[in-house]
Amino acid sequence: MATEISDTLVVPSAHAHTGQGLGTGNPADAFVVEPARTRTKRTPRRTRTNFEMLAWLFMRLSGVVLVVLILGHLLINIVLDGGVSKISFAFVAGRWASPFWQGWDLLMLWLAMLHGANGMRTVINDYAEKDSTRLWLKLLLGAATVFTVLLGTLVIFTFDPNI
Amino acid sequence: MSTPTVEKHSAALDAAEADGTQLITVTLRIRRFNPEEHPDPVWVDYQLQMDPKERVLDALNKVKWEQDGTLTYRRSCAHGICGSDAMRINGRNRLACKTLLKDVNPEKPITIEAIKGLAVLKDLIVDMDPFFQAYKDVMPFLITKGNEPTRERLQSQEDRERFDDTTKCILCAACTSSCPVFWNDGQYFGPAAIVNAHRFIFDSRDEGAEQRLEILNDRDGVWRCRTTFNCSEACPRGIEVTKAIQEVKRALVTRRF
Repeated sequence: MATEISDTLVVPSAHAHTGQGLGTGNPADAFVVEPARTRTKRTPRRTRTNFEMLAWLFMRLSGVVLVVLILGHLLINIVLDGGVSKISFAFVAGRWASPFWQGWDLLMLWLAMLHGANGMRTVINDYAEKDSTRLWLKLLLGAATVFTVLLGTLVIFTFDPNI
Repeated sequence: MSTPTVEKHSAALDAAEADGTQLITVTLRIRRFNPEEHPDPVWVDYQLQMDPKERVLDALNKVKWEQDGTLTYRRSCAHGICGSDAMRINGRNRLACKTLLKDVNPEKPITIEAIKGLAVLKDLIVDMDPFFQAYKDVMPFLITKGNEPTRERLQSQEDRERFDDTTKCILCAACTSSCPVFWNDGQYFGPAAIVNAHRFIFDSRDEGAEQRLEILNDRDGVWRCRTTFNCSEACPRGIEVTKAIQEVKRALVTRRF
C-alpha cells in the first residue's frame, strides 16, 4: 500500500498556496469536490434474493471439486503413461468411449466455465466504473460462457470416433 | 490529583529532561488540497524539530500552530478513542494520535494524506457522509420485540464475549477506507458497517438479526468482501474485522447466530 510520489509534485511549504493552475477565474471552478457516493434514487433497489450468497458458495464448492478434477485431468493427460506425446485423436476417442470420462470432462467443463465466469463477473463489478460498460462487459462474458459451455457439451455428447 | 503524585510526576519529568530529549529533524510530506485555491492536490513538505517519541498528531499540531495555520485536519480527543484523525501515514491507514514518529521511519519524509475512497473536502478532511450512511443502513441499535422488561436485559458472560471484539469499533473509517472494494464501488457497505452489524447480530439480547442479515445478504453486502485483510491490518483498535465479516457470512449460510 506504499504511496508513490514523483518529485515534481512536491513543492516547498512556502509555495503551497500560489493558486497556480487555478481554472478560468470562474467562481464555480472552486467547487471541484467530487460528489459523495451516497445512496440515491438511482441506487439499485434491494433484490431480496440469495443470488450473491449462492454465487459465493458455488465458488468455494466448485473450487474444491475443480482441484481434484483438473489435477486428475493433468495427471492422466500429461504425466502418466508416456506423457503429453501420447495425446492424439485416438487417445481422446478412447477416453470418451467411457461414460465415466465423459462425465468427468462434462463436469470439469461446466464447473470451470461457471467458476471462471463468476470470477470475471466479480472483477467486472469491482472495476467497471460506468453502468453501461458494466452491462456490456457482462453481456459479452455471458455470451462467451454460454457459447463455450454449449459447444463443449455438444461435442462431448455427439462425439463420433469414426469421423 | 494529590500533591505527592504531582511531585513524582515532576521528578519523572526532570529525569527525562536530564536524559536530554533528542530532537530530530522530521519532514512531513502532506497532501494538501484546497479546492478554492487550486483544483489539484499538492504534496507539501514541512520541516520540524521533534522528539521521535512524540506522535504524528503532535507534529501536525506543530505545523498548524507554528508554521501554516491553513493546514486542516480532524482531531478531537487525541487519545485514540474518538476516531477523528484516521489518515494515511506512509501509505497505511492509522490514527495520527496513536502513531509515534519513531515508528514511521522519521529519517525519511513521512507522507500524510487523507483516507482513500471518500471525497476529500480539504487537506486531510474527507466527506464521511457515505461512510455513516452505510453505518446507519445496518441499523446499529438494539431491536427487540414484546414488552420492555422492568429490569435490565441480562446476559451471560459467554454471550457477551461472543461480540466483544466488534464493540471496540470507534468508527474512524480506517478499515472501510483501506478496502479496495470500497475504493472501486462506494455502494459496498464496507467493513465498518459490517462490524457494527456483527455487534448486534451476535448479541443475545437483540432480535433484529434477521433484518440485518437480510440487508447484508444483498448485492452490496458481505459477499463483496474479497478477504484481502486490509481492514484487519488497518484497524487501530485491533478488531479482527475480516473474521467478523466471515462470521456474518457463515451466519447467512447456516442461519445460525
